[in-house]
Amino acid sequence: MLAKRIIPCLDIKDGKTVKGVNFVNFRDAGDPVELGRQYSLQGADELVYLDITASHEGRKTFTDLVRKVAAEVNIPFTVGGGINALQDVDRLLNAGADKVSLNSSALRNPGLINEIAANFGAQVCVVAIDANFEDNDWRCYLNGGRIPTERYLFEWAKEAQERGAGEILFTSMTHDGVKTGYANEALNELNKLLSIPVIASGGAGTKEHFRDAFLKGNADAALAASVFHFGEIPISELKEYLAKENIPVRL
Amino acid sequence: MKVAIIKYNAGNIYSVDCALKRIGVDAVITDDKEIIAGADKVIFPGVGEAKSTMEYLKHHKMDQLIKDLKQPVLGICIGMQLMCASSEEGNVECLGIFDAPVKAFLPDGKHKIPHMGWNDLHVRKENIITKEHEGKFVYYVHSFYVPVNEFTIAQTDYIQPFSAALNKDNFYATQFHAEKSGSTGESILKNFIDLK
Repeated sequence: MLAKRIIPCLDIKDGKTVKGVNFVNFRDAGDPVELGRQYSLQGADELVYLDITASHEGRKTFTDLVRKVAAEVNIPFTVGGGINALQDVDRLLNAGADKVSLNSSALRNPGLINEIAANFGAQVCVVAIDANFEDNDWRCYLNGGRIPTERYLFEWAKEAQERGAGEILFTSMTHDGVKTGYANEALNELNKLLSIPVIASGGAGTKEHFRDAFLKGNADAALAASVFHFGEIPISELKEYLAKENIPVRL
Repeated sequence: MKVAIIKYNAGNIYSVDCALKRIGVDAVITDDKEIIAGADKVIFPGVGEAKSTMEYLKHHKMDQLIKDLKQPVLGICIGMQLMCASSEEGNVECLGIFDAPVKAFLPDGKHKIPHMGWNDLHVRKENIITKEHEGKFVYYVHSFYVPVNEFTIAQTDYIQPFSAALNKDNFYATQFHAEKSGSTGESILKNFIDLK
């Protein structure tokens, strides 16, 4: 039976791991390659590395990091941040990444999804959506949650799927960093709307929150950062808990 | 031990090299026909689309080369699908090493397509996949599958049972990404490398 996936996310700045609370105030949380390797040993099913450095220099550092992760880690990993063109995708896949995650660049240039799917296959292309619940709808944001757009979660996710996205990574800005659980209702809606996998992100604080993302939100995977980085929830313990709750996981 | 990884227009080849390094094997990634033909083990990996990769192999006359290999050969993911008779992806005739078709997963309203993530293995015939791998999870990303057939050595259930791995003579193949399947995948790769 296909297992529900647990995905630690590592935000990378200048080659080091950081984690934002509501997208500001960073705390340092270790060496990204070693952290990734530890997570894989604990039972993480996939990893996501997000490059939050915007500079050209930073991008080169990040590519070197991707190469090291590919050498050290024996589970799949996705990379995101600063992917604006097909050549960025080519560079990161060649460095050993399994998938790329597009966010602002896909909103600005939706055709990029089609290009990636046509050149590398839909399975490579994760479309990440940061959305905030306001005025009774989920408004999509650009640039790590800083710039509001006129696009909304459900219509944009559907369009992304039609253009060739292989997965949707939905981060609820409303829930991110506050540790009160995932946006389960929106996740469930998204799951009904789409035929591609949906990754839940934003809001994990307890093991029950993961369970609910799978049972109430019907998510295919759940992503989190700080609860893993600071050892609040060890991944092995989380998966044992989920197995007891009759959620199919890889132990 | 000389291990050659076939280089062609498919992705994910470097990952296979990394996985081999982790189990202590130095492979060469190459499209040189002599090196491939002279290797002790050949790996035919990749992520890609059947029609364009098959056209590339034909254009570079690598199709006959692969069919003629006598040493152990391991196809992974699209590599496995290309070793079959034909694929519904682009309706293309493939290498025909395994006389089995490659079919598209059909949406049933319940399962997501692609089949993406970790799913469990069920052993039908032990060789590179053994009893110790029974029920273990391996990593899949695919929208096309090979139905269970006479060459199936392990199967996985998704929508219906399909071939997780195939074997015929010196040809082996896995639909899952052994190179990304944690310690289970590394153990299967090692069993392939250790074949006599």
